[in-house]
Amino acid sequence: MSATVPSAVGSPLARLEGPLKVTGAAKYAAEYPQDDIAYGWIVPSPVPRGRLIDVITDPTDDAVAVLWHGNAPEIAAADDPELAVLQSERISYRGQPVALVVADTLEAARYAARTLRLEIEAEEHDAVLRIDHPDLYTPEKVNPAFPAESMMGDPDQEVLVDVVYSTPALHNNPMEPHATIARWDGDQLTVFDSNQHPSGIAATLGQVFGVENVRVITEHVGGGFGSKGTARPNAVLAALAAKVTGRPVKVVVTRQQMFSIVGHRTPTVQRIRLGADRDGTMTVIDHQAYSQSSRLLEFAEQTAVSTRHMYAAPNRRTGHHLVRLDMPTPRWMRAPGEAPGMFALECAVDELAAELGMDPIELRIRNEPSAEPESGTPFTSRHYVDCLRQGAERFGWAGRDPRPRQRREGDWWIGTGVAGATYPTMAQPSAARVSALPDGRFEVAIGAADLGTGARTILTQIAADALGVGVDRIAIRIGDSSLPQASVAGGSSGSASWGWAVTGACRALRENGGDQAVFDTTELIEQQEKDGRHAFGAHFAEVRVDAVTGEVRVSRLFGMYTAGRILNPRTARSQFLGGMIMGMGMALHEEGVLDPAFGEWVNNDLAGYHIPAHADVEEIDAAWLDEHDEQINPMGSKGIGEIGIVGSPAAIVNAIWHATGIRVRDLPVRLDKLLDEFR
Amino acid sequence: MKTFEYRAATGVGDGLEPGAMFLAGGTNLVDLMKLGIATPDVLVDVRGLVPDEITELPDGGLRIGAGVRNSDLAADPRVRTRYPVLSEALLAGASGQLRNMATTGGNLLQRTRCRYFMDATKPCNKHTPGSGCPAREGDHRNLAILGGSDACIATHPSDMAVALAALDAVVETSARRIPLTGLHRLPGDAPERDTVLDHGELITAVTLPALPMAATSGYRKARDRASYAFAVGSVAAALDVEDGVVRDVRLAWGAVAPKPWRARLAEEQLRGRPATRESFLAAADIELEDSRVLRDNAYKIGLMRNLTAWMLEKLAGVTR
Repeated sequence: MSATVPSAVGSPLARLEGPLKVTGAAKYAAEYPQDDIAYGWIVPSPVPRGRLIDVITDPTDDAVAVLWHGNAPEIAAADDPELAVLQSERISYRGQPVALVVADTLEAARYAARTLRLEIEAEEHDAVLRIDHPDLYTPEKVNPAFPAESMMGDPDQEVLVDVVYSTPALHNNPMEPHATIARWDGDQLTVFDSNQHPSGIAATLGQVFGVENVRVITEHVGGGFGSKGTARPNAVLAALAAKVTGRPVKVVVTRQQMFSIVGHRTPTVQRIRLGADRDGTMTVIDHQAYSQSSRLLEFAEQTAVSTRHMYAAPNRRTGHHLVRLDMPTPRWMRAPGEAPGMFALECAVDELAAELGMDPIELRIRNEPSAEPESGTPFTSRHYVDCLRQGAERFGWAGRDPRPRQRREGDWWIGTGVAGATYPTMAQPSAARVSALPDGRFEVAIGAADLGTGARTILTQIAADALGVGVDRIAIRIGDSSLPQASVAGGSSGSASWGWAVTGACRALRENGGDQAVFDTTELIEQQEKDGRHAFGAHFAEVRVDAVTGEVRVSRLFGMYTAGRILNPRTARSQFLGGMIMGMGMALHEEGVLDPAFGEWVNNDLAGYHIPAHADVEEIDAAWLDEHDEQINPMGSKGIGEIGIVGSPAAIVNAIWHATGIRVRDLPVRLDKLLDEFR
Repeated sequence: MKTFEYRAATGVGDGLEPGAMFLAGGTNLVDLMKLGIATPDVLVDVRGLVPDEITELPDGGLRIGAGVRNSDLAADPRVRTRYPVLSEALLAGASGQLRNMATTGGNLLQRTRCRYFMDATKPCNKHTPGSGCPAREGDHRNLAILGGSDACIATHPSDMAVALAALDAVVETSARRIPLTGLHRLPGDAPERDTVLDHGELITAVTLPALPMAATSGYRKARDRASYAFAVGSVAAALDVEDGVVRDVRLAWGAVAPKPWRARLAEEQLRGRPATRESFLAAADIELEDSRVLRDNAYKIGLMRNLTAWMLEKLAGVTR
């Protein structure tokens, strides 16, 4: 082990599995051949609320099995009621799986699913979130365990800005749909499953089926954005059907079904009140968030929580209000809480700046807190102001005319906008094993999932440095629950959590010698202070708005971040840009269009549910400032998977206001919301 | 399970047995089969049968074989110079991959992307006659303001067809010649029928008459993202201006009606009028007089006024 090996961490190593992916050799969950496989097709409920009385099968169909609550084997309850599939007559939302058809071919299963006769007693349903819904209540905690409310001083005093924003249901839509192949060999359950947490899925399936021996293989994942953080109904349905039929069963969720059964971002309504002195010192910050959950499960998005960390003000309040509707259960979608919450807060701050006649960057800098504004805990590191200042310089903010609707080139109104970004820095208990191989290489094993973000590559870099060898001497093994348990690839915590365990194992091997070492971070992470740890950033946007059509184009989008040590600039840049583009989608394109009569988002495919196309992304860039924060983990890294979508929608919407003078407070900003104002 | 037979077509006039459908590029039909909206017993593949060439006509027009790919049609130098509106419309549509598969005939026969039509589990008078139209109360932000009926407000999704409507194109079928503007039906109380074609009647070509003014033509499409989205409003126009006066004009609109909407009222109003923004807006207003809007699609009126005036000003070389 030579001390002269150059540091692998920090170098732009290309994704190790890149060649496998571009040649089609990388296997995704649905692509593992199995002898005698059968295909399951999920039958969604056609009504949002009611009871399923009977399922009548067409005897001419070629179904191997039709499972529903009338004949499905009993399974144990999991923490998640969504996983109690085919166990109850109760229908909680339109699209909920009420039956599974199993057949020898996909086409036969699909056809038989369509010809099933479902005898249903439908009941009246309620599908619409309203700020005055009579059933709104304050949940005990919000995702995952924050207090629902906070309060300091007197937030009821007079304010300068008192506005309501709304965001629609958003749908994760990873390129690879949720998919599972399940196979039983006696009491051993093997599943090939697309998810963000092989260890967790294995534990859940073990609990549901009452077995010890569950192996989840998740070699490659085509994105998840939070929707694959826990086992989804497809995993349980496939295992259930495999048990009943005695054959391996494959269940792939269709794109249409993904809009209802894998989770989504709740719609929100948010009221923000901001008060300030004329010099820009903020006096009141009040953020009340309204969102929905299903009848099955309370999922309370932590929409107002990031507001507790951003700006100083003596009088402050946050609150969350939830209503349970006959709609699918919302879940985690990239920066749950922060993405919609910071949209509202950062637009409201822009409105306050306009009200005060102040530069929106200066207003933010004036209200920079010296410690956590609510708890008083010092930040381990916070360079938000540096992001604002240096980002402004790189973007070319100086000399900006603060007045809206001043720049016109041809048919285009042009404007610029800024917004802050933040994301909590977290790590979760994980374990890793490193073994010296006879050929001089080292096998590093951890049950982590690589969603396409570069986790495999970064862990290789971390291990190489910790062992003091080149990356070519690391053989990385991930994506398998039989490896040491790893935390979820979520909450932008994967690299920190797994890298910590890998670093520990490699150091142990180096220090203690021997052929193998295992390191578990559980105790270290339990002892760690959780407050005062965040990544920060600032987003800058330049937009053009067509005066003829109201069409918006984002001509420049720039993100400036401080997110600890950047482990791999190539994959990091990709994560930042991906988040920013998703933020562009949130600002301009994405919307689950609710038809209240059906209790369903009716635009449930990628032709109807728009995300940005390549042509929407013009000039986009991300940069970061060096940040050394030794308190957070041995690598000094903060999570970067989500911060790009936090604040970037607000920067774009603020730029639209600057271009046109029109404040759109209801996402997405589509042309019809601007066009009427032009005339 | 439901199976279907697949065979290659053998002759243009062979017709089709009941339950059979023609298949060309398949970019829409195959999707509809997967969704359970189209359930043919037989697919008759016409790709080897219908012409896939663009040929000159004696009068200076063009004859476009029904099998010509959208991408080839858009790139054809004769189309680009003599009928730029058609090339622009094609390139504004779909994606490169889809344009490589989609054919001229198939593009005309593609069906609405109304969300309710695309979902077999919901009522829709177009896919299940008599079942109702949830779009009127539900999602209709991108549905028709002109030519719709109580039974159906679906829009025709094609960009290409809008340009062809403006160009006085004629559709040749195995049985007859039909002006393109007469190919698609308004829904009335029978929205299940999109066109006047009889079962088994095959589109073989589309002809473009010589139209010198079409050299000054263009297509503009407004949409919800920069590419790969259906129009929320579009305009195809050709203009002939002399001494500041409109001598002749062709104008058609997309995404506002169940068919590509030839704006004849606006055209009549414009001939002989000054080529000014005021004239163009007045003409658009006349065409829009009969529009019927619902809760979420009234914005199309302002959009079509703006698009129309913008395009005609551009073609007239008017500077504001």
